Amino acid sequence: MKRSVAILAPTLFVALLLAAWEIACRALNVPPYFLPTPSAIVLALVENAPLLFVSAWRTLSTSLMAFAITGVLAGLAALGAASARLAEASFRPIAIALQVTPIIAIAPLFTVWAGIDHPQVAVVALACVAAFFPMYSGALAGLSAVDPELERLFDLYGASGWQRLTRLKLPSAVPQALEGFKVGLGLALVGAVIGEMLAGSGDQQGLAFRILEASHRMQMPQSFAAVVALAVMAGVLHAAFQALERRLIRWWRGR
Amino acid sequence: MVDAAAAALAGVEVDYPGRGRALGPIDFSLAAGEIVALIGPSGCGKSTALRLLAGLEAPTRGQVRRAAGRGETAVVFQSPTLAPWLTATANVSLPLELAGVAGGEARARAAEALRRVGLAGAERARPAQLSGGMAMRASLARALVTSPKVLLLDEPFAALDEITRRQLADDVLALWAVERPAIVFVTHNVEEAVYMAGRVVVMTAGPGRIAGELAVEAPSPRPPGFRTTEGFRHTAERLSEMLRQGMEARA
Repeated sequence: MKRSVAILAPTLFVALLLAAWEIACRALNVPPYFLPTPSAIVLALVENAPLLFVSAWRTLSTSLMAFAITGVLAGLAALGAASARLAEASFRPIAIALQVTPIIAIAPLFTVWAGIDHPQVAVVALACVAAFFPMYSGALAGLSAVDPELERLFDLYGASGWQRLTRLKLPSAVPQALEGFKVGLGLALVGAVIGEMLAGSGDQQGLAFRILEASHRMQMPQSFAAVVALAVMAGVLHAAFQALERRLIRWWRGR
Repeated sequence: MVDAAAAALAGVEVDYPGRGRALGPIDFSLAAGEIVALIGPSGCGKSTALRLLAGLEAPTRGQVRRAAGRGETAVVFQSPTLAPWLTATANVSLPLELAGVAGGEARARAAEALRRVGLAGAERARPAQLSGGMAMRASLARALVTSPKVLLLDEPFAALDEITRRQLADDVLALWAVERPAIVFVTHNVEEAVYMAGRVVVMTAGPGRIAGELAVEAPSPRPPGFRTTEGFRHTAERLSEMLRQGMEARA
């Protein structure tokens, strides 16, 4: 009962909004190049499905590649920072600068560095920059979240640095690192879209390209359809990682 | 100082920066196989004394003699301090594995230690699935798995209910009877001290010094109904009185 209401209520609400949108557009004769009706967007979605699917995959694979690269870099940086206070202090301003600088502001630089022939490189790099901070700080917070009494136990039994890392610090870091990585995954997608809009994507035309292309041609239903595809993909990606995170945490905690 | 001592503190003082003297000067000697309770008010430095004996901290002045070999000194902390991501067996075998004992043998010895503390059947359980008393038993099994010469208990039952702590007190005494490690037991509970220990050392309010000590004349493990005997009551009363004087001496 409760569960069905929890699903039904938001569905009805969204349906109501869409209906109001549809009716208002028709009643007021709003031109489709200004605001298309939901039915026109659905139609564009269906008609362009194969193309949108390919574009979505390109955006997704760019994001995942950036996520994987950043995962390694942020993990290594966090390991270094966790091992020495001086390293952490030295690295902090760079990490913060990476976080507070709007990615739009550095996109032109990356475009120049990547060169005209390799715009995808700039896109991946921008997605990496966007995802870096939460992944780094999540991993670092995790590595620093070691139970001090458990650490004393390792002292007591004369554990080596390697044993401490693999048997204490890395396992302790799992919950908080996962949290940071989840945020990082979302930001990698945001970075990939912004990067593609600003740096272009060469022949790797992703969803951002579809949105821009349709907008420039005043094909608003197609532009909206690409936005919907992007939103759905982001939602699915978030839900998938959430499910993975829940399983991993359950395994970690044993229940 | 007696050479047969399992561990000893000689003229030991501990100062903490910004807090001043935390402990001492104290002299304390632990004979092999005896059970000593260290009792005193909160903040008197009894846990500091324990950390000195464990080698987890160094004294500012004075000397510490301790069983320094790997696994010769074991500690049970106030909380079970189990790794949540490891099973009970893996938690208990951790000290062995850190010392380089092969996985199979370590696990077998861990399972045996779990059986001895009454946790047979919980080998694969995670800490989150254990009750507070069971987690404390697992922690005890981990301390015993290396067959230590000195076992240090830092208010291990403080967070448990009365029935569980009494049961665990009996279990610790029964386990002690098997391998007879020397035990130092920190507590602020007078009755627990008298019930567990052969000798009770009373500390003054911080910075802790030794206010006096008391021998408990009774067989160990304790006979049933020991808590209701005249001797138990009498010793507990005398101990309370010493504790009170120790606190006043400071005030």
